[in-house]
Amino acid sequence: MTLASSVLGGDRLALARLLTQVENDSLEGRAALAELFPHTGRAHLIGVTGAPGTGKSSLVNQLALHFRRQDDKRVAIVAVDPSSPFTGGAVLGDRVRMRDLAGDAGVFIRSMASRGSLGGLAQATASVVQVFDAAGYDIVMIETVGAGQSEVDIAGLAHTTIVVEAPGLGDDIQAIKAGILEIADILVVNKADRPGVENTERSLKSMLDLAHPSQRVFRHHGQIMSDSVQAAPRDGMIWIPPIQRTVSTEGTGIAELAGLVAKHAAHLRQSGDWASRERARLEVELDALIRETLMSRFREGVPQKQYDEIVEKVVKRNLSPWEAVKVLMNPHPGPSPRGRGESERSK
Amino acid sequence: MTERKIRVLVAKPGLDGHDRGAKVVARALRDAGMEVIYTGLRQTPEMIAEAALQEDVDVVGLSVLSGAHMALTPRVMELLKANGQSHVKVFIGGIIPDEDLHRLKEMGVTGVYGPGASTDDIIREVKHAVMG
Ligand code: B12
Ligand SMILES: Nc1nc2c(ncn2[C@@H]2O[C@H](COP(=O)(O)OP(=O)(O)O)[C@@H](O)[C@H]2O)c(=O)[nH]1
Ligand SMILES: [Mg+2]
Repeated sequence: MTLASSVLGGDRLALARLLTQVENDSLEGRAALAELFPHTGRAHLIGVTGAPGTGKSSLVNQLALHFRRQDDKRVAIVAVDPSSPFTGGAVLGDRVRMRDLAGDAGVFIRSMASRGSLGGLAQATASVVQVFDAAGYDIVMIETVGAGQSEVDIAGLAHTTIVVEAPGLGDDIQAIKAGILEIADILVVNKADRPGVENTERSLKSMLDLAHPSQRVFRHHGQIMSDSVQAAPRDGMIWIPPIQRTVSTEGTGIAELAGLVAKHAAHLRQSGDWASRERARLEVELDALIRETLMSRFREGVPQKQYDEIVEKVVKRNLSPWEAVKVLMNPHPGPSPRGRGESERSK
Repeated sequence: MTERKIRVLVAKPGLDGHDRGAKVVARALRDAGMEVIYTGLRQTPEMIAEAALQEDVDVVGLSVLSGAHMALTPRVMELLKANGQSHVKVFIGGIIPDEDLHRLKEMGVTGVYGPGASTDDIIREVKHAVMG
């Protein structure tokens, strides 16, 4: 029996071991991914992002409880924390906030270190999510590193992206930048038990209006505007990111949030966005794999010594980075390049 | 392909709230390049074994300063075994009287450390236990 077939059979230890293989990008892991791929595409992938300390892990804990108790869904959680850039080690602490989920065989939590990746996820997160999907988890929640503004990778992976904010995190909305707002399908103002909720919510609303000027018209005029019916998509076809208040330590607002998540999923399916997101998602993943493969194939063909020499020339300003690329990509230029387009352009 | 990382679960079983040592050790192992899953306080042996399984760790580290180590440790070892994880190495730290050392080792515990233990020793022995 292969690891993959044991995983399909519901073996949790096999699942855990396969996740390690996939995370380490081993040959066994790659083979298993290929075997599992036909079984994927069923789970609802929910991303949870936002600055550190906003309460992402606590929120994931509550949402998972809700999905278990109310909807009887099987839930997997992938919690990503940063690796130290100096030692490569990591302390992964998200489980501390997820203790309510212990002892439930319908929940599987896996912590991941970012291992040098910068977009808020680890390189292997998409593959780990695929394994959970194939293993039959109905919902896969992905908690990102939460480093702030460059964390947009999650939008390329999840069907529904939840951006979490909280009052009292520095200068009001300093923490929220347009980039991360644009990826939000649902905005959560967590820690609604704290002073300053109104301010946070108000700032979010105004930033949202700036980011989605066309949608602002909708909101100001009720459900749909009579004079823009032709221009705008049909009723319900535009998704305006709703804002939901929660208190994750107590569970307040969680049922409402779960309702919004379900509503977003329904919206994606009705509007056809589910299919297009799925396509875009797989395209992003494929592109990343191609980039990675080309890069490693290329580096295999360039001796380290030559690479170092060229870096040295760039450092000394003897070669521009673009010129360096040209030299590296064409390591053995003959005495006459026989009129290749490339060398002619370079003159 | 990425290099293989040593994964360690650091847990505080039982009711004692002394978590300084656990945090010191977790940070030291991180600084040695390991991936440390920290579960926090008040873990039952069942919670610890479940987390060890889901995280597919190489090592489980228990920190006990309450004196309850002789009750908690065998249960954790039993559950790891029942889950098919008898390959996982178990380390214990905290307030462990000398007379318990032998029995802990007999149960299959790999390393035992008390107050003032050097984190360099801990790192070296964890690496040795996993990598051989
Ligand atoms: C600081 C301290 C506290 C602090 C704890 C703060 C905190 N958040 O951790 C406070 C004041 C809260 C506290 C409270 C209590 N304490 Co107190 N406390 C201590 C003290 C003085 C030092 C512990 C410490 O932090 N050491 C520093 C750390 C870095 O060392 P460490 O934990 O030993 O860890 C090292 C090694 O043990 C090992 N290690 C530890 N864990 C792990 C894990 C792994 C995987 C590995 C490999 C190694 C490892 O490596 C570490 C590095 O060297 C000890 C006495 C002592 N000398 O140990 C008493 C002591 C532990 N406390 C004790 C007691 C009785 C209590 C109280 C019950 C007192 C009371 N009656 O209220 C309460 C209980 C609190 C609770 N909820 O559990 C007793 C325990 C007696 C026993 N076991 O038989 C001790 C031993 C004091 C004594 N001599 O009586 N305490
Ligand atoms: N007051 C309050 N504290 C919260 C709430 N949600 C989370 N916290 C606390 O905020 C801290 C960070 O939470 P955590 O879930 O770890 O945040 P993360 O870093 O975004 O994953 C913890 O101390 C939580 O207990 C909330 O709704 N209200
Ligand atoms: Mg977290």
